[in-house]
Amino acid sequence: MTRFLAQSEPTLWMPEQASTFARDVDWLFNFIGIVSIIFFVGIGFCLFFFAWKYRRGDKKTPGHTHNHNTTLEITWSVIPLIIVLLIFVWGFRGLLDMTTPPANNYEILVTSYKWGWEFTYPNGVKDANLHVPADKPIYLVLESRDVIHSFFVPAFRVKKDLVPGRYNKTWFQAESDAIGLSVDNPYEAFTLYCAEYCGTNHSQMLADVVVHTPESFEKWMEVAMNWQEGLSPLEIGTELYTRKACNTCHSLDGSSGNGPTFQDQYGYPIALKDGSSPIVDDEFLRQGIVEPNSHGIAGYNPVMPKIALTDSEVTALVTFIKAQSDKWNPADADPDSVATEVPEQTEEVAESEPQE
Amino acid sequence: MSVIPKPIATDIFGKPVDELHDDNYLTHGKGILSWLLTLDHKRIGLMYMVTVLGAFFLGGVFALLVRTELINPGPMFFSDNMAESNDFYNQSFTLHGAVMVFMFIIPAIPAILGNFVLPIMLGAKDVAFPRLNLLSFYVYLGGGVFFVWILGKGLLNVMFPQLVEVWGGGGLDTGWTFYTPFSTDSTSAVTAAVAGAFILGFSSILTGVNFIASIHMLRPKGMGWFKMPLFLWALYATAVIQILATPVLAITLLLLIAERTLGVGIFDPALGGDPILFQHFFWFYSHPAVYIMIVPAFGVISEVISVFSRKHIFGYAFIACSSLAIAILGFLVWGHHMFTSGQSAMLSAIFSFITMSIAIPSAIKVFNWLATMYKGNIILSTPMIYAIGFIWLFTIGGLTGIFCATLSVDLHIHDTYFIVAHFHYVMVGSTLFAFLAGMHYWWPKMFGKMYSEKWGIIGAVLIFIGFNVTFFIQFIAGTQGMPRRYATYPEQFEIYHQISTLGSYILAIGLFVALGVWVHSLFAGRRAPANPWGANALEWHTTSPPPHANFDTAPPATDPYDFEDWQWNDEVQGYVLDEATHPGEARAQATKHS
Repeated sequence: MTRFLAQSEPTLWMPEQASTFARDVDWLFNFIGIVSIIFFVGIGFCLFFFAWKYRRGDKKTPGHTHNHNTTLEITWSVIPLIIVLLIFVWGFRGLLDMTTPPANNYEILVTSYKWGWEFTYPNGVKDANLHVPADKPIYLVLESRDVIHSFFVPAFRVKKDLVPGRYNKTWFQAESDAIGLSVDNPYEAFTLYCAEYCGTNHSQMLADVVVHTPESFEKWMEVAMNWQEGLSPLEIGTELYTRKACNTCHSLDGSSGNGPTFQDQYGYPIALKDGSSPIVDDEFLRQGIVEPNSHGIAGYNPVMPKIALTDSEVTALVTFIKAQSDKWNPADADPDSVATEVPEQTEEVAESEPQE
Repeated sequence: MSVIPKPIATDIFGKPVDELHDDNYLTHGKGILSWLLTLDHKRIGLMYMVTVLGAFFLGGVFALLVRTELINPGPMFFSDNMAESNDFYNQSFTLHGAVMVFMFIIPAIPAILGNFVLPIMLGAKDVAFPRLNLLSFYVYLGGGVFFVWILGKGLLNVMFPQLVEVWGGGGLDTGWTFYTPFSTDSTSAVTAAVAGAFILGFSSILTGVNFIASIHMLRPKGMGWFKMPLFLWALYATAVIQILATPVLAITLLLLIAERTLGVGIFDPALGGDPILFQHFFWFYSHPAVYIMIVPAFGVISEVISVFSRKHIFGYAFIACSSLAIAILGFLVWGHHMFTSGQSAMLSAIFSFITMSIAIPSAIKVFNWLATMYKGNIILSTPMIYAIGFIWLFTIGGLTGIFCATLSVDLHIHDTYFIVAHFHYVMVGSTLFAFLAGMHYWWPKMFGKMYSEKWGIIGAVLIFIGFNVTFFIQFIAGTQGMPRRYATYPEQFEIYHQISTLGSYILAIGLFVALGVWVHSLFAGRRAPANPWGANALEWHTTSPPPHANFDTAPPATDPYDFEDWQWNDEVQGYVLDEATHPGEARAQATKHS
């Protein structure tokens, strides 16, 4: 137990070990590292020792030694060959482990899009972060809605591309011992990166992988299944804004991202590529969500992905976007859910039209 | 040394060359047209030098921009808008990568040094097809200017959006790899940029054809295949890859254009294509292209190590054959770029296995170079300093390649800074150092001027330190999990990026010192003797700089690594042959100056 804990600390080279693969990968990494250091020190020593020892005596004398030595040549060809073959075999066995999930696994569908993640659980729950129970093989089916992304969790030593038009698969098992989960510390978060270049916000396409104890995972799932219950549309919309990663492109403070800001969008005219400037109303917003890029807003590339939403979720998001505008009349919505739930807005009423 | 060297040109016997007859290729023909329409391989080599170094400068500026942007996780200096800053970064690293790969590293050694030296090494007047050679240069120039225009325009558009109305859109944000379906959907000027890369590829093919024909047809009497200088072996192996692999890139790029403009579904799953197919096609060219970059470097280093150790190269046949082995095996390893793509485990295993086997010919070369230095009489001149730096960097680059080739380890380090560091060590560290070694080695031959050894060495040491500071830390950033092509990053990676950025500035200063050494040499360098290093390949059997026709009568081909006959002569500050014991050479020289 303590041994595992000690091992899971990050080292100079490797991040903490949080999965069953981590120890195997790190072991092989260290083995190659030691072999490399031995060769490098040997070669580097010869390089500088020869350069110093045999440096110019005088310009006249050429050096004299043999021009070749077949035995020597074969020796220094065969020894590295044996070493790399050994490394190859270990690496291959490691790969087979990493591509063969055990039978009693827990399957999660991973969907990537520009620029966010969606994790769908067997019971239909969807989340923007990956929550998993510890000590259970997690089998991931990977798909992409647009371009190639890559699922990369350094602490798990796992990476697999999400390729549109096909399902890729991978698996991992987080280790509660290595992570140090306990009753007092029921979950721990690790960072998930997109590792395949996918455009503007590639470097912000991060998510959390939260490893839970079984009890904590059940509790989370309970909440996740029923999170919309008892919430107003505005509250649901506020939550969806981050869950569906709208926030990576649409700001609330007037700054321009890959998409127009939501601040003071509703109720104001918006310039379209066809030259017209309609007033943004409920239907405009709805169409913009359900049929991404159909408006053709001037100054923006058509990069919005299609997001899977239910009808009531669309309504909730539309309500949320309306609430970001000073033209919004709170009386239109449920009077109970005003103000406090609205994310902070700048005090000044912006006179300008939505930015292009 | 108190001897004042003669300020005049001397021939290989140390005798002064009559100035009136000092017909060298630089003075042969005056005026701009005599350069622009020249068929002289040496002048074409110099024109390549100017343009390729220009591309290197441009790619370098963007390398510094990329490193400067990464000094902290915040947005770029000119903007506080993250999306705009990201776009600028993405286009910057694309421009850096694409320009460096297609316009600097691939042509650097073959097109500059190869063009200049190859025919002289063969004792020939020129390459086999001089007109094709000039065409190849103009194809490169035209493709390059177009390519840079398209890419540069996009960057200016990000900074000054009002310019879009002046000259229209442009730019490239796909990375130099053009991965589909990102490149199919991208709104940047992918089609135009791809057309630019397509044109540049043809220049590469034409040079390859020319070199193969030259080496087959123009070898002088007595120069069998295994008596060629190793630089020619390296250029030959490179040319084989160029003509076999580059057409595949051309086809791939055409398919991409067809998909974008005609909507033919080849790679984009939305149109019924397969994005992984693109990766197979792309890497079928682009992995061998890595060997187009590094194999000529092996050739330069083999020459330099042997000459400056004053000793016959060790294991000639093994070095020559290992170049060919790498060229052939290089075609069979492309799948190691795709270990995480979802290709089958069996396919990955085969590619991993063949990749591992490339370690062997690479190791053979390093060991043979060390054995050449062993008990040599080593002269630590600038080219040798670069060559020693090369062995150091190539060893690191090669050994870290084993990590990347190991399947389970690669799944962790794939597409992280570990890979960035690895390929910079191999492609930049090694190829750049070999290129600089070659430039300093052949500089006296090219321009007939010596350069400051002291400043040459200072430049080499600065570049070496700067390079290692920049890239070694990236190995650690990568294993810690820092993904590549990130415009911003979590705070925990900041220290690695800051060290790396510091190193890149040292590297840049070193490169400017090297440039200063060359410029100073051109204006104030002393006259170079015919053979300042005591080398024995045929380019050292003519005056520096060589006459327009290289030789009137080719000197007899001898073992290029037998330096015994060259004697140091204080008066000319170079090595000379004894006229009496080399009647063949004497005849060749006599006809020239009579």
